[in-house]
Amino acid sequence: MPRPTATPEEVAEKLTIFLKRSHRAKSVRIEGTRLLTGGASRQTWSFDATIEHADGRSETLPLIARADPRKQPGLMARETEYRLLEAAHAAGAPVPAVHLMGDDSLGAPFFLMERVEGETIARRILRDEEYTAAREKMAAQLGGIIAAIHRVPLAGLGEALAEPLEGKSAAESEVQRFEGTFRAIAPEPHPAFELAIRWLQRNLPAGAEPVLVHGDYRMGNFIVGPEGVRSVLDWELAHVGDPMEDLAWVSVRSWRFGNDDRPVGGVGQREEFFAAYEAAGGRRVDRAAVHWWEVFGNLRWGVICIMQARAYLDGMSKSVELATIGRRTAETEWELLNLMEEAG
Amino acid sequence: MQDRPTYDELLAAVEEFLDTEIVPNVPGSRGFHARVAANAIRIVRRELAHEEEQLAAEWDGLDAILGAAERPSQRLALRSVLRERNEALCGLIREGGADAGKTAGAVFGHVRSTVAAKLRVSDPELLERSQLTQSYRP
Repeated sequence: MPRPTATPEEVAEKLTIFLKRSHRAKSVRIEGTRLLTGGASRQTWSFDATIEHADGRSETLPLIARADPRKQPGLMARETEYRLLEAAHAAGAPVPAVHLMGDDSLGAPFFLMERVEGETIARRILRDEEYTAAREKMAAQLGGIIAAIHRVPLAGLGEALAEPLEGKSAAESEVQRFEGTFRAIAPEPHPAFELAIRWLQRNLPAGAEPVLVHGDYRMGNFIVGPEGVRSVLDWELAHVGDPMEDLAWVSVRSWRFGNDDRPVGGVGQREEFFAAYEAAGGRRVDRAAVHWWEVFGNLRWGVICIMQARAYLDGMSKSVELATIGRRTAETEWELLNLMEEAG
Repeated sequence: MQDRPTYDELLAAVEEFLDTEIVPNVPGSRGFHARVAANAIRIVRRELAHEEEQLAAEWDGLDAILGAAERPSQRLALRSVLRERNEALCGLIREGGADAGKTAGAVFGHVRSTVAAKLRVSDPELLERSQLTQSYRP
């Protein structure tokens, strides 16, 4: 039986005690506690903490708590995520500022970070007038930001992050990993994925010097304001790998939300994004490698569609949304065929 | 024979109810899921309308690659054998049998038409949009 989710009142009470002790504060008042995402595991809580310090100074902090009530194998530890955010911030990437690493106050690993206000819903960012100016500069901004992320030193982080398999390039390792997942979970044969896997294996890009790869750099994980990108979220898939992987994932068709004439996240052109990346000190862009990673990205998204449908098929969820995602697999197959044909 | 309404007419009634009564009047996540549910009904209606023709075309495509076989007349058996033949096609691709030459072109073309058949059911607009862009390609 999964542990029932703690109530907002319980979480607020525990965090009040934690903050009071951590800041040696006179008093702490927590308001507006609500669960943003997550069920029994991987929770994200939002709240405002008014801290009255020992010297009489008082401040109100908009905060986020990221907590893991249930340990799940294969998921990034909260402490690693905390250290990643810290390191990315130091490298000049816009990320929420970490506030405090947690202790056992919540009975589960957690940390606190700044709550950055803004819009994450892609359809709004891509359609609403409020974001017109933001859209115009986003492709270049995203190029600059991912260059900063790729500059984060791996020292001190490397051992906590997933790495390419021994003796294999990042590209080869990732294909092997996703092929394995695909074969383990697909309920039926997918000739289009077989063609893609074969193509990926036969066209492996030259290995690049490994960097910190964000791993989920795409629309939906950017907090955007009218002035542009404010913050990059969701670091849980970060790993040591090929920088071209991040440059391609942002352009995978699914993250364009219909704006296919603007391949980079539905906001801009690839060349503009690449130029900004190189100008901001990113690696030299290997266009053939980026194309390879875009093929891989579509395979990855296709496998994720199957995974989500599996949750419904296996009776873990009754969600009509998860059920219908199974039929979205064909979109990724179609895109894979187009991309392979383009490559000749 | 069942009485009217036909299955398609019944599904159309459910789809209409979700689209006009539920989706505009139910906010939040439940409203979103009602929209997804209405879309699921549309997928089922398109599948039922195209199923016979699509399964037959897929069979013929596999015949051309794997060699002709006797087609089961019952739909359930047809689906089951199609699955086995698709597994055989996957094996052929994995072993490099579709890497180059005439087979490569035939396999690619067949896979493209079966994926197009899936999109015709799950997202016909994407298929139309995509075919438009393709015909404009130099």
